[in-house]
Amino acid sequence: MSAPTRGSGTTWVGRSIRRLEDPALVRGQGHFTADLPAVHWLRFVRSPIASGRITRIKSPAGASVFTGADLQGVKPIKPMLHKFNYIPVAQPILPRDVVRFVGEPIAVAVSRSKEAAEDLADLVEVEITPLTPATDARQALATGAPIVHAEAPGNVIVEGRVKTPNFDATWAAAHRRIKFEALSRRQNATPLEARAGHAAYDTASGRVTLTCTTQMPHLLRTAIADLLGMPESDLRVIAPDVGGGFGQKMSLTPEYVVLVWLARHLKSSVAWTEDRRENLMAGFHSRDQVIALEGAFDKEARLTGLSADIIANVGAYSCFPTTCGVEPLMAMAELPGPYDVQAYACVSRGVVTNTCPMAPYRGVSRPVITFALERLMDKAAAAFGIDPVDIRRRNLIEHFPYTSAMGLIFDEASYRETLEMAVREVDVPAFRARQTAARAKGRFLGIGFATFSERTGYGSPAFAARGMEITPGWETVELTMDPSGLVEVRIGSSPHGQGLRTTLAQIIADEIGVAPQQIRVVHGDTDRSPYGWGTFASRSLVISGGACLIAARKLRTKLLTLASHLLEASATDIVLDAGMAKVSGTDRSVSIASMSRAAYYQTHRFKGEIEPGMTETGSYDPAGTFSNACHVAMVEVDAETGRVTIEKFLVAEDAGRIINPMIADGQVHGGIAQGIGNALLEEIIYNETGDILTSTLADYMPPTAREIPAIELHHMETYSDASITKAKGVGEGGAIGAPAAVLNAINDALTPFGVQIDEIPATPRKIRAALRGAMEKRA
Amino acid sequence: MTGTVDITLNVNGRDHAIRVEPRRTLADAIREDCGQTGTHIGCEHGVCGACTVIVGGDPVRSCLMFAAQAEGVPIRTVESLANGDTLHPLQRAFMDHHGLQCGFCTPGFLMLMTAVLEREPSISDDDMLDVLASNLCRCTGYQNIVKAVRAAAAEMRASCAAVIIREGG
Repeated sequence: MSAPTRGSGTTWVGRSIRRLEDPALVRGQGHFTADLPAVHWLRFVRSPIASGRITRIKSPAGASVFTGADLQGVKPIKPMLHKFNYIPVAQPILPRDVVRFVGEPIAVAVSRSKEAAEDLADLVEVEITPLTPATDARQALATGAPIVHAEAPGNVIVEGRVKTPNFDATWAAAHRRIKFEALSRRQNATPLEARAGHAAYDTASGRVTLTCTTQMPHLLRTAIADLLGMPESDLRVIAPDVGGGFGQKMSLTPEYVVLVWLARHLKSSVAWTEDRRENLMAGFHSRDQVIALEGAFDKEARLTGLSADIIANVGAYSCFPTTCGVEPLMAMAELPGPYDVQAYACVSRGVVTNTCPMAPYRGVSRPVITFALERLMDKAAAAFGIDPVDIRRRNLIEHFPYTSAMGLIFDEASYRETLEMAVREVDVPAFRARQTAARAKGRFLGIGFATFSERTGYGSPAFAARGMEITPGWETVELTMDPSGLVEVRIGSSPHGQGLRTTLAQIIADEIGVAPQQIRVVHGDTDRSPYGWGTFASRSLVISGGACLIAARKLRTKLLTLASHLLEASATDIVLDAGMAKVSGTDRSVSIASMSRAAYYQTHRFKGEIEPGMTETGSYDPAGTFSNACHVAMVEVDAETGRVTIEKFLVAEDAGRIINPMIADGQVHGGIAQGIGNALLEEIIYNETGDILTSTLADYMPPTAREIPAIELHHMETYSDASITKAKGVGEGGAIGAPAAVLNAINDALTPFGVQIDEIPATPRKIRAALRGAMEKRA
Repeated sequence: MTGTVDITLNVNGRDHAIRVEPRRTLADAIREDCGQTGTHIGCEHGVCGACTVIVGGDPVRSCLMFAAQAEGVPIRTVESLANGDTLHPLQRAFMDHHGLQCGFCTPGFLMLMTAVLEREPSISDDDMLDVLASNLCRCTGYQNIVKAVRAAAAEMRASCAAVIIREGG
């Protein structure tokens, strides 16, 4: 089913048209939250202590400072999961008694400017009696460790366990078992726009409009209205232009609840713009995981069984709506990856600590599990004395649909084909020759492969399987052609850089015969768009795109019926194209705009056969589909300094039908850059007292143009029935595969030293330490 | 901090007489006192470059400069790049090559490269990468920013050469 069908040119889908989003953005005319003026500005007073009891909060006399004591009746954030021994823990909007991480907001200063609010916040005296914090997850699991929440005496608040019936027998029969530990340090998603919110009270209606940098405006409305006990429709949430999210902006934060409460309390407008230090301390972290992984192999190096113990440091609280189960449970469900392995045992725990709460970040666990599994495959290849490519050939899934050990259904994909495509393109024998020659001169080159699956576009059944109280998944769109022929499509997804205004317009344009430029996508406003779940989890193009296709097909049917009346022809003879309805084989035609006008103003002409107006809706709730790719990194490691240079990064990927190749490539590029940052540079560091040491972008280092090599992309398009547009998600794959490919390449380069780097990021310091350790062992 | 100073900032050819605290950064003054919100603030530590504007011909991180320091020097922001409906070659190239996704860092990159290409139209590819590494983008992985800047640089060099030929230079 794989076919090279990119850019056929006859349809809007498949073409790299320029983005409809861009003209305003390149002119500096985007509307970002921080651009809005406000009467009052906020500055949060944040805890400088990781764990402690608040004994006193003293504000200057008469100053406008609010604490938890003022927020009477406001409920805490307490998301719920009905499975996996989940212990619900409460996050107070502003805590009155106990602080649980450095950066936790404990009071809010309100003044007439940002500067004045900062000055006022500095004058607020907070006395906290420090307690011993638990910052490391393994430390938090030890007997006698400090307890973060009294409800969870062992600090484990979610625990998944699975063991397939065939596990013990398979394990006992293994020819060889390979065991190691993979460690991923902590990351911050680091959207270039940090969080910002603006809440305005309307005295006439009593409604509040919250404009903020969110990925899920409707759910934010539900959450805040619930916590404040207000009618949901009295709150309007707007996500204007949002400067990147990557998951960080999909969870509920206490700061937005405070904004809405204050707007109602002061009956005015209030605004907050987070600074970068706050974002790095308190804007959600991710990826902090340890995986003890063991693989069982038969004589032919076929993976027969997998055993994993996963510990996820979820921070001080559980994020809404996904709960902190999102990382450990995703890790457990998807760890077997793209390999045909049916015996699986796993324990996966979410451990609370006195650190910033964890939230989903591009890839959610899969960058870590892919890194762990792909290291396992390379270690096994070395143990069996075979090539890393060969061991993957022996183990990748090749027949579809495939049911995984965890019961996930893998739809039609191209795991083996993308591996072979990548191998062809990189010319492995030529690289090996170069590697050998370089080693003779004391230079260390390495090549690393990562093959992986990326579960995308999954609807409510997948979320229900996790036992989430809030079960996202479906999307609805409302498609309206106005009497002038302009099309507006209102969606519940909430794009923030993905180019959805363009790609959804391309999907609709092909159905109804108008150009994408005539189609305006409206999103991110709870007053204007239908309830939906926002943009995350590589879902929007698949699910919102599917809903758009369904609605557009209905509108198409209506247009054909209108045309058949107006042109006195059979609907089957009518072609919609370039803004016209034409009777094929004749010169009879009518403009689509005039038909739309007739549907509103001339309804009597259709003898009651056509509903008035031109609005159709579409809903879509698919089970999900798997994209796939093979990433290849070629690196050089400087054995003196530990510096890693990526010479080349190559990708063979398959995300089904590509709606806009230029936009799809951009998604892959961005993901890979974040994955390279994950692999080499980015690390949130806490000291032993739970203070954060990486609170500027000079300490926490996203990659620059210098660290990211030219990325070579190759595509396949496997059409699967799991997606009605045939498009699969493409947002996260780049970030999922890159850390594994880079670490495998580093380890390949360091083969002569006999060291194993199984930790990300692999910073120069860690590489030097490993090399020193190897030298000392030899001496 | 108390006290204010009266200063005049010339932004995009227009004088703005404003009263600000001496500690007001140029970035805040441009956005809030002069109403030009196309300049974005990403870190306030001088690292990300989102707030880059051109001050007297030099690309400057406006979060690291006080407004009062910029008095008397022409300031250019992203709003000045297009000439009516005609976009600057860099703006057009960013659109043609998909050099932006969320668009938050884009004004900073555009102003950085405008200043550098005006000063050094024949900048080498290696030096251009060094310059681009001054700013952060989290969406694009830089691939298409690099492509866009290369394309715009070539176009700007060609049109510059055309002018020289036309004027008999």
